[in-house]
Amino acid sequence: MITSFLVKSLDRTIVIAVAVLLALAALVPALNLLTAPDHPLHVPTYLVSLFGKYLTYALLALALDLVWGFCGILSLGHAAFFALGGYAIGMYLMRQIGARGSYGNPLLPDFMVFLNWKELPWFWYGFDMFWFAALMVVVVPGLLAFVFGWFAFRSRVNGVYLSIITQAMTYALLLAFFRNDMGFGGNNGLTDFKDILGFNIQADGTRAALFAASALALAASLVITSGIVRSKFGKVLVALRDAESRTRFLGYRVEHMKLFAFTVSAMMAGIAGALYVPQVGIINPGEFEPGNSIEVVIWTAVGGRGTLIGPIIGAILVNGGKSIFTAAFPEFWLFALGGLFVLVTLFLPKGVVGTARHYLAKRRAFRASARKENENGKEASLPAAESLAAE
Amino acid sequence: MYRIIQSVLVALLLLAAVPTGLRAEDGLRDLVNALGEAKLSEVDEHIAALAKTGDPKVVPVLEALGEGNLYARKADGQVFLTKESGSNLTLTDPVSGESAGEAPKASLSKVKVNNSVRRAVRTALGSLTLLSPDRNARLKAVQSVLQSPNADALGAIENALAAEKDGEVRAMLEQARATTLIISDRPTEEKKEAVRLLKENGGREALSILSSALGSADETLKPDIEAALASIEQTQALWAAGQNVWYGLSLGSVLLLAAIGLAITFGVMGIINMAHGEMVMLGAYTTFLVQEVLRTSFPALFDWSLAIALPLAFIVTGTVGLAMERGVIRFLYGRPLETLLATWGISLILQQSVRSIFGPTNREVGNPSWMSGAFELGGLTITWNRLWIIVFALAVFAGLLFLLKKTPMGLQMRAVTQNRRMASSMGIRTPWVDALTFALGSGIAGMAGVALSQIDNVSPNLGQGYIIDSFMVVVFGGVGNLWGTLVGAFSLGILNKFLEPYAGAVLGKILVLVLIILFIQKRPRGLFALKGRAVEA
Repeated sequence: MITSFLVKSLDRTIVIAVAVLLALAALVPALNLLTAPDHPLHVPTYLVSLFGKYLTYALLALALDLVWGFCGILSLGHAAFFALGGYAIGMYLMRQIGARGSYGNPLLPDFMVFLNWKELPWFWYGFDMFWFAALMVVVVPGLLAFVFGWFAFRSRVNGVYLSIITQAMTYALLLAFFRNDMGFGGNNGLTDFKDILGFNIQADGTRAALFAASALALAASLVITSGIVRSKFGKVLVALRDAESRTRFLGYRVEHMKLFAFTVSAMMAGIAGALYVPQVGIINPGEFEPGNSIEVVIWTAVGGRGTLIGPIIGAILVNGGKSIFTAAFPEFWLFALGGLFVLVTLFLPKGVVGTARHYLAKRRAFRASARKENENGKEASLPAAESLAAE
Repeated sequence: MYRIIQSVLVALLLLAAVPTGLRAEDGLRDLVNALGEAKLSEVDEHIAALAKTGDPKVVPVLEALGEGNLYARKADGQVFLTKESGSNLTLTDPVSGESAGEAPKASLSKVKVNNSVRRAVRTALGSLTLLSPDRNARLKAVQSVLQSPNADALGAIENALAAEKDGEVRAMLEQARATTLIISDRPTEEKKEAVRLLKENGGREALSILSSALGSADETLKPDIEAALASIEQTQALWAAGQNVWYGLSLGSVLLLAAIGLAITFGVMGIINMAHGEMVMLGAYTTFLVQEVLRTSFPALFDWSLAIALPLAFIVTGTVGLAMERGVIRFLYGRPLETLLATWGISLILQQSVRSIFGPTNREVGNPSWMSGAFELGGLTITWNRLWIIVFALAVFAGLLFLLKKTPMGLQMRAVTQNRRMASSMGIRTPWVDALTFALGSGIAGMAGVALSQIDNVSPNLGQGYIIDSFMVVVFGGVGNLWGTLVGAFSLGILNKFLEPYAGAVLGKILVLVLIILFIQKRPRGLFALKGRAVEA
């Protein structure tokens, strides 16, 4: 039943996007592993990891789009959920190092030995098991979002106030994770990972598998998100985005719906973080920087909020640009990023995808009216081309 | 054995010595000579005996001993003060102070010193110079006695007390007497008096003296000391709380300065200006530039650097604010989330510009002389720069309040924010008022930057540290209300500083953030919420 529901909700763009992602998941690892390094179609491993990273960013942007684009909640703390997911998987990876750390302690990670800790803190228990860590990847961000959202939405904190307190949340977490006695490695975070599920994390095969996993996770999330926003529930979400009070007066429990969207979105962000950390090999408190969360917003805005493939395209465009820019002119990246913020909000409020779609719709409408005109030989007014509800 | 007997005899002799003319002089000579024969371990006792005489002639002897210039003649055991001259030593008689000719080094043996002897010398000198005619020397001597109280110095202190005329030195001597009395073997009654005196004077030194005396005190004295300790601790705790309030006020004034511009742009106009912190940073860099120019061209004006920087910073950041409003923000009215993103972008550009021009490292901004240093007020230490910043923050607040409430410009601003269309139909040029209001908020941020350059590192990241705090203050205090900002800033500052001792600086800050987040649940529109139609506007 659920599958049929999900399948029904797919439209052409989503089908194409999912197909592309699935193809990438198969093709890129194959090109990396099966071709010789000097083959023209060979994809070097660093590129595999780089694109894998972009895909996790895309997943994060998609998660933000679910709450910002469809629900009107501008969260400036989504990187916090991303980082929490990353820390959860990072703890699993730390436990996998075992006695191979520099201090050779079979139980305690290096930084704990360094801090002269004698036993494992209680919140590290269970992280030697992958299933537990994988569960925590969604449970911890989900729980935080649930509690935070429950308080915030219940007392009708919305608009910019909500943005500011989500920013305060990620800032508080940043400060907390910087502390050594929090037990998460303080300033240095968690790094020096060796194995994941028994495979060497540096090996080409593992990297390719992580890439494929990222692509699959993104495809799955795309299908789920599209299922949510296309359902009746999704229609009400959009309604409350555009007129919250009116939706409430119609009898919908607005705060419950927002809470649901916010929690699901945080879980997706957590998964993105969990896929990100093994590919970059480190997680540290810097991921909680308020600036990071705002960057996620700009990916979504560039691609087009309120569209599903927009944030994916935006994340890949902006981060690809960042990789090229920071290598070529490191001084100017912040100028470019800052300029992007300003230009996109001023001239492309619907983002790349939204604007493109807007023009396509306009053209289609124009053609249709032109055809009508020809058929009827009468004057026909241009139909309004306001069609940026949900996709 | 012989030496011990001899030194004991000498000591006895000395104690018995009637302080008159020749006999005292002989006694002193014997004591000094005893130094020449003493073993290292005994030297301390001899020094104490010398100090007890209270004779000013002892001072040069002890000084010479401390510096290793005291030698004993091998032939007759006479001890001399010496001075190097070639391979010979010039000798000076320690008692008469007359020259005693020269002698080859080989005929003399040095009175040995080690660190413990040097310490004893210092203590002894401390009690001896108590009688010095120089007031500063006496003051210094009392301080050294207070730092390392020694029961043997009691006599010297009492002598000095009897002779002392200067009020301040007398007060310190009283305290020194009480301090040494407690560890001496005087009767309990006197000791009780001393404990009472210490209790009245209070302070950290008294606390440590009393607590160390507690261990060796006899039973009748113990309750007194304990009571005194408890009372001193209580006063100390009160002063500590007072100091915390002061730190809190200081932090609050910093928060107020950082947030007050935001209270205009966010609170009055409803614009989320994420580049607000960068305005503060630009103000700080203006101060840096002004100081650079003054330092190279007009060094005499350095003390005026802040007064020059203030209007300049206001103009610079106000202009940047005006350009921002005209160039970007005015297209985004009514879309607060987009404004937030665009201004964040501007903040990145401003940061990177400053980094490209001035480099990523901290720039040094000096304190003018009237802002450096500190003074004591009771148990509080108050630094001038913090005090001036509090004064400045309150002055800016008062000025802004006046501007908004009493001037035509303020009236227009309030009219536009309350009902834009009505204001417009009354003939107010609303776009112009918008631009000026935003420039005003930015300019105030720049002035805050001048003040903050005095206590914070001037780096391109200066503003980022303040932006979240400023928003917290404005949101906590209530949007659209300057008084809310004032109360919010000071209460957050004080709360922060009171949490710090229990939770540590970082955890304290986290707690404050969590408390604010919870507070917003309870009162989503802050402490001083606007009521009525304006709320949903």
